[in-house]
Amino acid sequence: MQLSHSQQPPGQAEVILEPGHTYESVGKKISNVVLDVRTPLGWVVGFGAAAILFTMYLISIAVLFAWGTGVWGNNTPVAWAFPIVTFVWWIGIGHAGTLISAILFLLRQEWRTSINRFAEAMTLFAVACAGLYPILHLGRPWVFYWIMPYPNTFGMWPQFRSALAWDVFAISTYATISALFWFVGLIPDLAGMRDRAKHPVLKFGYGMLAMGWRGSARHWERHQALYLLLAAIATPLVVSVHTVVSFDFAISQLPGWTTTVLPPYFVAGAVFSGFAMVVTLLVPMRKLYGLQDMITVRHFDIMGKILLTTGLIVGYGYTTEFFTAFYGGSVYEVDMMWYRLTGAYAPFVWALAACNLISIQFLWFKKVRTNLWLMFILSLIINTGMWLERFMIVVISLTHDFLPASWGLFSATKWDFSLMFGSLGLFLVLLFLFVRTLPMISVFEMQELIHKTESHH
Amino acid sequence: MSAAETSGPEYYGLMAEFDNPDDLLAKTKKAYNAGYRHMDAYAPFPVHGLGEALGIKRNGVPYIVLLGAVLGGLAGYGLQYYTSVLAYPLNIGGRPLNSWPAFMVITFEMAVLGAGILGVVGMLALNGLPKPYHPVFRVPRFELASRDKFFLCIMESDPQFDMEKTRAFLEDLAPQGIYEVEQDATTKVYD
Repeated sequence: MQLSHSQQPPGQAEVILEPGHTYESVGKKISNVVLDVRTPLGWVVGFGAAAILFTMYLISIAVLFAWGTGVWGNNTPVAWAFPIVTFVWWIGIGHAGTLISAILFLLRQEWRTSINRFAEAMTLFAVACAGLYPILHLGRPWVFYWIMPYPNTFGMWPQFRSALAWDVFAISTYATISALFWFVGLIPDLAGMRDRAKHPVLKFGYGMLAMGWRGSARHWERHQALYLLLAAIATPLVVSVHTVVSFDFAISQLPGWTTTVLPPYFVAGAVFSGFAMVVTLLVPMRKLYGLQDMITVRHFDIMGKILLTTGLIVGYGYTTEFFTAFYGGSVYEVDMMWYRLTGAYAPFVWALAACNLISIQFLWFKKVRTNLWLMFILSLIINTGMWLERFMIVVISLTHDFLPASWGLFSATKWDFSLMFGSLGLFLVLLFLFVRTLPMISVFEMQELIHKTESHH
Repeated sequence: MSAAETSGPEYYGLMAEFDNPDDLLAKTKKAYNAGYRHMDAYAPFPVHGLGEALGIKRNGVPYIVLLGAVLGGLAGYGLQYYTSVLAYPLNIGGRPLNSWPAFMVITFEMAVLGAGILGVVGMLALNGLPKPYHPVFRVPRFELASRDKFFLCIMESDPQFDMEKTRAFLEDLAPQGIYEVEQDATTKVYD
């Protein structure tokens, strides 16, 4: 049961799974991360740091609830500031997970197999971080359910012609479908965990979650049909989600927001930032758990190419935005573009250009794409750039609308920052708990990959 | 049930173990050609063609997903139509109350949501899950069905099933082992 790769030229950078793996060896290696390996020191340190950030998040929320949104820098004319910037940033990050698990599955990209479970988990946690933000931003978060349509004593209903109502449906559907897709893929692996676990409590726990999965061919037929269909519906869904998020802006009339290129460029930007986050997380994680033979340099090479491609699309989006403003000739639009480049926040805009347009040019070189240190640093730069992009769109546009009398500036307070970095803590805490308790690579899909590779010879 | 009903355990079926998926597939085809119908094959990962070899023709999941999409979409549009036209009409500059282009986003999202939820529930229901107990789990080696071994089980409910003859048939398939799958005294499972 040796795995060979005769179609691919030799060399470490070219394989998606190092040779020599058997059905049992992949299953054992992946589940041992959870069941047998002593918790690595890196996990304890990482989880501890994440827990500190998470505590900061909880404190920030407590302060917010006690004193209200006045603790933030938000004020007229900038009512949407850090909460919405960071909300869009998190939602975007989630998109890479669905792209990897659904779209690359439909395209039969076999390299996705070893990273799709992890990327899907990342999606779920990013959506959780994102979804909390608009609720916290409501001012009266305890009545957030007013946005849901339900018969009430006011006799009122949500306004379904509003992009904000669409957003609620898009995000909650996305969160639900991502969770279902993730869980359906997990069921067979949970059965594997049940059969491998030695401790009776673990056996019982994984057994209950696996729901009695026994690998019957009849079950596999239905499971695989559903998996394919979920991938097929998740594909338009993921495109729709960031499109709807962009509608929050594009449907309005504010200069800097109202432009038709926004939906596609939001989607490309989402994939761009999501892949950057996958790289940020996988570089340390594969090292921590010694998974270099399953998450190989080849994966980073491919992800580097995707980053470059989507980054160039994002750059095209910026160019189109400027071109449309100047070609359209609306004085407000033209003024907004000049204000971005030369106004009070110009340093942020130029920093964004450096992060998202210039830094990615290094990805043309294979030497860079296969150097994990450089990839790691670039991924951090890209995610900073994507945050700045949303800052440019949300905040700068709001400070500078039609009437000079209503112009104003925004500056963030310490509670803005603590909630933002705190949400990173929530994300990382969930992620660390995930890799500690569930198989972070899909065992059955890796075994299927071995079977396919074998039968090709 | 066969004649030996008086005492001794009741059986769910006879199970044979194989070492690799291709072997399991070939032997399943043989069993089907020998006339066995009530049987199941077990593998740690989906094996292409195994369902066909067992004689499975219909798969209800796609229809359920479609039904979910249609129901979800109708519910989504219906909700918006009801609230915007009937329950809470707002005349804004004489624009049509049934402004369907603006309703498309939520209609689409609800269609996807309906398809996903009904699909998962339907897949589990058709598979008879959750079912934490099943007689096949009584075979100690069956633990490996989620790891790297492959099993074929001919059920006692098959009209052709006969403990002696079926065992002889399975032995001819050269498996790595043959196991009797006993029923639990109280919890009987037949499918």
